[in-house]
Amino acid sequence: MTYESRWEAVIGLELHVQLNTAAKIFSSAPVGVGFAPNQAASIVDLAFPGTLPVLNQEVLVKAIRFGLAITADIASQCRFDRKSYFYPDLPKGYQITQLNEPIVGRGTLNVQLDDGSIKPVDITRAHLEEDAGKSVHDRYPGQTAIDLNRAGTPLLEIVTEPQLHSPEEAAACFRQLHTLVTWLGICDGNLNEGSMRCDANVSVRLKGNSKLGERTEIKNINSFRFVQKALQFEIQRQIAALERGDTLIQETRLYDVARDETRPMREKEFSDDYRYFPDPDLLPVSISEDLIHQIRETMPELPAVRRERYVADLLLDDSTAARLTRNRETSDYFERTIDRCPNPKLAANWIVGVVSAALNKDILSIEQAPVNPDELGEILLQVDNGSITQTAARQVFQSLWSNGGSVEEALASQKRTHNADDSHLRTIVQSILDSHPKQLEQLKGGRKKIAGFFVGQIMKETGGSADPRRVNEILSDLLLDEDP
Amino acid sequence: MSYQFHTIEEFRDLLDSRQASSVELTKDCLQRIRNTSELVNCFVAVHEERALAAAQRADQDMANGTTGPLTGIPIAHKDVFCVEGEATTCCSKMLASFVAPYNATIVERLSQAGAVCVGKTNMDEFAMGSSNETSSFGPVKNPWNLERVPGGSSGGSAAAVAAGLVPACTGSDTGGSIRQPASFCGVTGFKPSYGLNSRFGMVAFASSLDHPGTLTRTASEAEIMLKAMSGHDKNDSTSVASVPSQAEFQQPRVLGYPARLFSNLPSAISSCLDTAIRTLEESGYRIVEIDIPHFDVAVATYYVISCAEASTNLSRYDGIRYGHRSEHRGGVTEMFEHSRSEGFGTEVKRRILTGTFVLSVGYFDAYYLKAQKIRRLIRDDYRKAFESVDLILSPSTPTTAFGLEQMDRDPTEMYRQDEFTVPVSLSGLPSMSVPCGFAGELPVGMQLIGPHFGEASVIALGKAFQSITDWHTKRPILPS
Repeated sequence: MTYESRWEAVIGLELHVQLNTAAKIFSSAPVGVGFAPNQAASIVDLAFPGTLPVLNQEVLVKAIRFGLAITADIASQCRFDRKSYFYPDLPKGYQITQLNEPIVGRGTLNVQLDDGSIKPVDITRAHLEEDAGKSVHDRYPGQTAIDLNRAGTPLLEIVTEPQLHSPEEAAACFRQLHTLVTWLGICDGNLNEGSMRCDANVSVRLKGNSKLGERTEIKNINSFRFVQKALQFEIQRQIAALERGDTLIQETRLYDVARDETRPMREKEFSDDYRYFPDPDLLPVSISEDLIHQIRETMPELPAVRRERYVADLLLDDSTAARLTRNRETSDYFERTIDRCPNPKLAANWIVGVVSAALNKDILSIEQAPVNPDELGEILLQVDNGSITQTAARQVFQSLWSNGGSVEEALASQKRTHNADDSHLRTIVQSILDSHPKQLEQLKGGRKKIAGFFVGQIMKETGGSADPRRVNEILSDLLLDEDP
Repeated sequence: MSYQFHTIEEFRDLLDSRQASSVELTKDCLQRIRNTSELVNCFVAVHEERALAAAQRADQDMANGTTGPLTGIPIAHKDVFCVEGEATTCCSKMLASFVAPYNATIVERLSQAGAVCVGKTNMDEFAMGSSNETSSFGPVKNPWNLERVPGGSSGGSAAAVAAGLVPACTGSDTGGSIRQPASFCGVTGFKPSYGLNSRFGMVAFASSLDHPGTLTRTASEAEIMLKAMSGHDKNDSTSVASVPSQAEFQQPRVLGYPARLFSNLPSAISSCLDTAIRTLEESGYRIVEIDIPHFDVAVATYYVISCAEASTNLSRYDGIRYGHRSEHRGGVTEMFEHSRSEGFGTEVKRRILTGTFVLSVGYFDAYYLKAQKIRRLIRDDYRKAFESVDLILSPSTPTTAFGLEQMDRDPTEMYRQDEFTVPVSLSGLPSMSVPCGFAGELPVGMQLIGPHFGEASVIALGKAFQSITDWHTKRPILPS
């Protein structure tokens, strides 16, 4: 047993979210990946002499969308500052960011934890800044290459209060923010390409102690799982050090995925004094009530609201509601399905079950699903009104998924097969009846319970593929036939 | 036939009356530049082929009847402005090899207006200096006395106009870099309100103080240049739309003079100012005594703010993407250090260090923040003054042109050159330096300062003054 029970971890996150605007935050160069090195960098991104930044208004809209989603204060005026440090992939020698007057002030994020409970986490602020370029160390032996395509990509840096107390909570918070920003359509959410990067500040203290311990910052983690693992390691490391009687120092650390450990960054890689001051090339930005109002009008129903509605109004269970609202595409798929087939439970179970399994098997995302929600709704409508069985519906779904075509055709074709199957089934039932004359006598004698025995035998014979309801129907048909 | 000392209007007449073609004027201009280059050193690059091609186009345009006020007129740009396909060095070793891939907005607009750019003029390195001695191309000599400096940082532009090589040059003024050399060289230097001329493509020194402007022989030419250059630019967030229309403009009548501030002026300068003021009074202007209470702390305030901004504006020169890269081998930090140590001159380094210091943790409040507060007080002083006067008069400089290397020992002595110009820069006001007499053989300048976007008033007073005086017509005699 470890000492862990005596200790409490205190964690705050800083997330760098790349906004999916068409152009960069201060230039007209395109944002995105897939360009040859330095081909998506303009003279402004390259910091050529005489160039000036001009704010892309689209970033304001996206930042405000986030602010409204966490019911935060939107600044009536925000301002940009210069943060100075030298780095080969920082072309101007300073980053344009927001220090004292961020666009988004305090708000709250409702984080759904693994056990389904909701933990409100305060968001301290969210501010706009520009991304740096990339130093490429593995392309030319002994040399570093610089790719400035990423330079000037708009970032929204979201800072949480230190209100998370376990690696699992931190990962859930990261995941929740991922859901939210992709839901809002402000970030593509592509973690592998660095669209969302997380820094975690963590300290430990003895339980009951209100004073925070010395914290470390783990930089640049790009997956939910790695946030959890990095924090697990770091918390253990801090506790072990304190238990030994060592003192911790405030430092920046990196998480080494391969070795599953954190270690200090080289001192030279960061500076303590960024010499912030207001960027004189950019005027303070005024944000009108009118603009905020316009953006509010276009806000989608948010995941937390939908989740609650699914539980309260549609009577779905918590975990299904959570799974349906993990991303907007799935939730919208569900919404469209129930537009067609007003049986939410049926639709929900199908989406988290059959549809989800089919997607996983073919490695597709839900927008790529070969069966669209209108078609799924149509199939389920047939189930809901008793026209076809679930088994039949599955066959129709699978046929549409693999072969395409219209729902009508697939349903008709299923019926034909079903009828063919029916005569085959009759033969099986008859042969079972014939080979068990004793039990047949008992059944005829009125011992209704023996029917279960026959159904069992038939199901066994058909390898479970027969519809039990249909088996019962055929059984009583044949019994009537035998009893003229 | 030589066209030395011709004004824009005189060139215009020659062109419009077909007495000369733009190609002829341009060739003559290029010849004059060649003849004087060693003597005055005001040009750092001559764009001969490009200029002749532009002149030919201008002649074609004039033949087609599409003519603007600047079509076919030779001008030059301070080497702080980017000209596409040409070296833009800011007279620094750091940018010795830099060829601009784009045109500054002002370069583009003047080119669109038909002006023929003949080359780039010398300047203090990165526009930091008041004597043009910090240039990597060596100092410019004052055409009025070749042993003396032309002022700075737009010393090359001022000397080129004073020597009659071109009628107009662009310049940039951060703390006085147009007005002080204009004063030293006996020409008209005009710095319009902050934001009126786009800064895009002008290599930054101090963003909140950098003003593009012009050096010309007369106020009337400054007006022609301003009309072609000014107006909103989508590439510069701090730029504004054009000057309020002439309809709203009223002739200035009441002129403020803060006499208290100039009590220590050398008598040779103050007597020029006194005479100029008396001349204006006799022409019907009312002179009112005013005060700018925070004037005395302007120089210190200016150096804190300008160095702070410069220290970050010049961070981009790291040897990675363009500019000087040291041959020294080592890690990336060593590369930064050596490239910057080798590429920047002493004065530039001094200002980067000063700026880095005033922005540092522990000093920020005492220096940068306090300077910003004082800056607001100075602006308020002017705003208040303009409640009772139309324009303000002031000497342009505390001395006349001083000797080469005379100010080498104490940089702060050089900084005092800006004491009459920086309060105006900090306030972003339009200001023109016009010749108002001579102290011995050396020109003396007077500043005409207007309220925000009061360009029309400043130009009107400049033109009026030049209609009743002839100081702006005086010409230095250069040894041939």
